[in-house]
Amino acid sequence: MAGVSDADLKKMTQDERVKALGMTTEQLTGKSLYIEFDPDAHERFTYPWAPEVDYNKRTELDTDDLTTTEVNARIRELMNEGYGTIVLKNPRGKHSIGVGILSRLNLIIEGSTGYFGVGLIDGPNVRINGRVGWSCAENMMSGTVVVEKNAGSTFGAAIRGGDLVCRGSVGSRTGIDMKGGTIIVGGDTGALSGFMMQRGRLVVCGNAGKNLGDSMYDGTIYVGGEIKSLGVDAVKAELTDADRKWLTRKLTQYGLMPKKGVDHFTKIVAGKQLWNYDNLEPHEKKLIL
Amino acid sequence: MAGTQFRGSEIKDVDQFLKDAEGLETDREKEIGQHIGYRYDVNLVPDYDRITPFLTKYMEIMGWDDLNWLEDIHMGYEEGMPAVFDRNINGWVRIPDSIKLPDNQQDRDMIARELLLKFQMSDRHPLVSLRKAYKKF
Repeated sequence: MAGVSDADLKKMTQDERVKALGMTTEQLTGKSLYIEFDPDAHERFTYPWAPEVDYNKRTELDTDDLTTTEVNARIRELMNEGYGTIVLKNPRGKHSIGVGILSRLNLIIEGSTGYFGVGLIDGPNVRINGRVGWSCAENMMSGTVVVEKNAGSTFGAAIRGGDLVCRGSVGSRTGIDMKGGTIIVGGDTGALSGFMMQRGRLVVCGNAGKNLGDSMYDGTIYVGGEIKSLGVDAVKAELTDADRKWLTRKLTQYGLMPKKGVDHFTKIVAGKQLWNYDNLEPHEKKLIL
Repeated sequence: MAGTQFRGSEIKDVDQFLKDAEGLETDREKEIGQHIGYRYDVNLVPDYDRITPFLTKYMEIMGWDDLNWLEDIHMGYEEGMPAVFDRNINGWVRIPDSIKLPDNQQDRDMIARELLLKFQMSDRHPLVSLRKAYKKF
């Protein structure tokens, strides 16, 4: 594998590259890859391919006459030039803006974005001085995203890590299928928020709509206001000192700490009555066989 | 553990899954022959008094006020061995025998975070080969 250069790989088809890198010979039987950590691994804080950026090196990009593809390509070029703070001007509701950033970066968006803004990110700190459309930060892996105004539905869909904050209110299905990380809503959230949630924490400072936490598998939801109704298998739990401490730290961090504290928050968790997947497996296997 | 009707084995001891690799405690687990749930407390919040210098430096470099995504990382136990789940390869990565485990889960979690981070950022991580194979030239 080490003997194959990038120049050689470039000449190959994708199938040839996969074989040249020895990937088709891997044994993937069993559930474990049996990889062991190297206790002497070098200290490194970014992915090997991540560009070296300096947060103090700042630039602005007027996106008015650019397509989304051009904007996203330009962000990568600027990062490769070492810019660690990029300000996007005039986004005018473009969809899929700022997606797939897998490195540290300060991204400031001066205006509102459309669907799937800053999705698939892993590391950057994003501030959006406007509103966002559906599925903002979907599949986010790490970093912080702060939206100063309101957000559309499926805010933080399938988020796996990091902090996603909306200072205003959000639409329905907030945190649908979330698998980790933290979503904080300063205002209200719509129906079916936390739907099929598997891990992570969803904090709503205002009210929550119908069917909150429907079919949630794990994770925790905190609501500061009224809850219209709970979904299937979502149950109330006792707010512990650890919860209070965590809520206070997180809400203070983003300037959303209520004046009356956090004692009034209702905690919702999974009742775990839907943990039946393992029971289905034998029947499914029989059908396949 | 959060929840009111947890139906799998309850975590009572920091070494529970090292002493009993199967971890089949409840009748339901014994019937289906597999452990239900995580092999760590998924809702355990990090104790920042126990953070390591490496992780402090990572937070500083990334510009974060806390551990961010690493708050969800815990030392787990698979087949009687300490290991950490790496979401980037969808598999467990084992802790070498040479690393002595502390006697509490909080310190173990900090070790898990540090090792996982170093591994993910290293050239030996499988994502490096995957990227070479599938990236657009």
